[in-house]
Amino acid sequence: MAQDARPQVVLVTGVSRFLGAQIAANLAARPDVHQVIGLDPFPPSTDADLSGVEVVQADLRSAEEIIVDLGVRAVAHLAVISSPDQGRGGRAAMKEQNVIGTMQLLAACQQAPSLRRLVVRSSTAAYGASFRDPAVFTEDTEPREIPRGGYARDILDIEGYVRGFRRRRPDVAATVLRFAPFIGPAAETALLRYLARPAVPTVFGRDPRLQFIHVDDALALIERSVMEDHAGTFNVAGPGTLMLSQAVRRAGRVALPILEPGLTLAAAAGRGIISQDQIDLFVYGRVVDISRLVAEFGFTPRSTPAAFDDFVRTHAAGASLTPQRLAAAEKSFLETIQRVRREVRS
Amino acid sequence: MTEEISGDVWDRRVASGLAFLRRRLSGAYEVDEFGFDAELTEGVVHPLLRVLQRDWFRTEIFGGKHIPADGGGLIVGNHSGTVAMDATMLALACHDESDGNRHMRLLGADFVFKLPVLSELARKSGVTLACTPDAERLLSSGELVGVFPEGFKGVGKPFRDRYKLQRFGRGGFVSAALRTGAPIIPAAIVGAEEIYPLIGNIKPLARVLGAPYFPVTPTFPWLGPLGLVPLPSKWLIEFGEPIPTEDMRDQADDPMVVFNLADQVRETIQAMLHALLERRPDPFSQ
Repeated sequence: MAQDARPQVVLVTGVSRFLGAQIAANLAARPDVHQVIGLDPFPPSTDADLSGVEVVQADLRSAEEIIVDLGVRAVAHLAVISSPDQGRGGRAAMKEQNVIGTMQLLAACQQAPSLRRLVVRSSTAAYGASFRDPAVFTEDTEPREIPRGGYARDILDIEGYVRGFRRRRPDVAATVLRFAPFIGPAAETALLRYLARPAVPTVFGRDPRLQFIHVDDALALIERSVMEDHAGTFNVAGPGTLMLSQAVRRAGRVALPILEPGLTLAAAAGRGIISQDQIDLFVYGRVVDISRLVAEFGFTPRSTPAAFDDFVRTHAAGASLTPQRLAAAEKSFLETIQRVRREVRS
Repeated sequence: MTEEISGDVWDRRVASGLAFLRRRLSGAYEVDEFGFDAELTEGVVHPLLRVLQRDWFRTEIFGGKHIPADGGGLIVGNHSGTVAMDATMLALACHDESDGNRHMRLLGADFVFKLPVLSELARKSGVTLACTPDAERLLSSGELVGVFPEGFKGVGKPFRDRYKLQRFGRGGFVSAALRTGAPIIPAAIVGAEEIYPLIGNIKPLARVLGAPYFPVTPTFPWLGPLGLVPLPSKWLIEFGEPIPTEDMRDQADDPMVVFNLADQVRETIQAMLHALLERRPDPFSQ
């Protein structure tokens, strides 16, 4: 990697959220990056440290001026929202930002001769959900059906735009990272809030296979994709699998199986309890092959069970069936049985 | 004295049972990427099936030595019995009779994964969807894969066609074995045909339920839930000599080679079935 290939001016979208803010701050702290611009239609949250970042609060259409005027060399597009936020306009605003926002940003990128690198946040939701799916998705697996969930449909649109961009700008190294759901002590997603409930509603008769990616590993991979050429589409997930029932048990929570139509009704009612995307995940599960990622980056993210344990440690409150309590119950049970048997025999 | 010793045995059994429960309740077990839960399969599913296999069906198993002790292998069986109980029995036979107690990973029809409860049980006991990516992934990671190329044509065939192998589909299983260089192990199952003799098929009802067929047996649906009890036929299971595919890797896309090999496997299983049937003149013998 030659030194001059490093992008000195970087544009990061989605700095009002955790992932974008972290990446922007990490890049700004690097001595080999001169300027980081954070673009987001919403103001950054107050607890984010964006001191070295020039924050521009505007919609993604204004990216064109920024890229051309400042000679941006790399764009990290992280303004992709995985679940509707009722305080920010719900699903309509989410789709607007995901689909229209990406379209505008890529249109701007296409016009920028200085651009060398594009990194786009995508999701393993790109594979859809169907009972005819293979157990493990590789990057070449095509979705069997148009997904029902809004986020999954947005992801397919976003990746479609990136394909078009790649055709028109083959000189730009475009990296698409298909992330499994994020997890970690600091991560805040709808799925994690759901799993942190004392009782977790699940789909009756289904026990999906889940994978997670630790946020720290996701951050490291995004940063490397900005700083080095890694053109292509990559699955990003922690190796290994947890069943939903197993995850709920490891978190010391109690599963609450509900018939699928009941959950679908809850999703249709809105209110942000559960989304259709999440029901699809809870019915069919999702496991991806990460050998392409490991070969390209020479890096294996921490495993799904290990990443989940990290989450469990910081969410101990609300747990009812903790390993300690179970072990204590086991011990007292065993002792009672032994005592009763001794007494019966004597 | 004897009471002392038996007391220790029971103490140990209670302790290991409780430890198993605690591991299950705290999620402290491992599941592979296909959702296969080895601990649950060995600890709960196999003991239940073993009672059925040994005491109810009085199964005799031959040729366990033909199952490879390590590396991938494709076990191909004949399918019958209205519900796919033969698949679970073959998997148990493979586990109990093979060197190193190897698990057979079955390939199941897509409707298995459509249904709640069944899909969950299937994945946990090591079944995955019958599709090329899954078959090749399992074989190339050195697993034993069990497949029934007849599919519904085999399970749902009328009783009068018992022990007549049906058509073998497109031979996708042969391509998967060739591409991964895994040996093909033919397997013959005698006994499953008689557990639910299929004497009729109510097609309109099947269509309404979205099922491949709606079975009518001498006991189902007449006796209600009692009709679900399988008849206690005598079972014989045989694993045949492996057919090596190592030096045919580059021919996986040649349809002639694939068809011929599929035919060879089919004829081998049919011959094994005839030989086993001669050993068992009475389907309900001891």
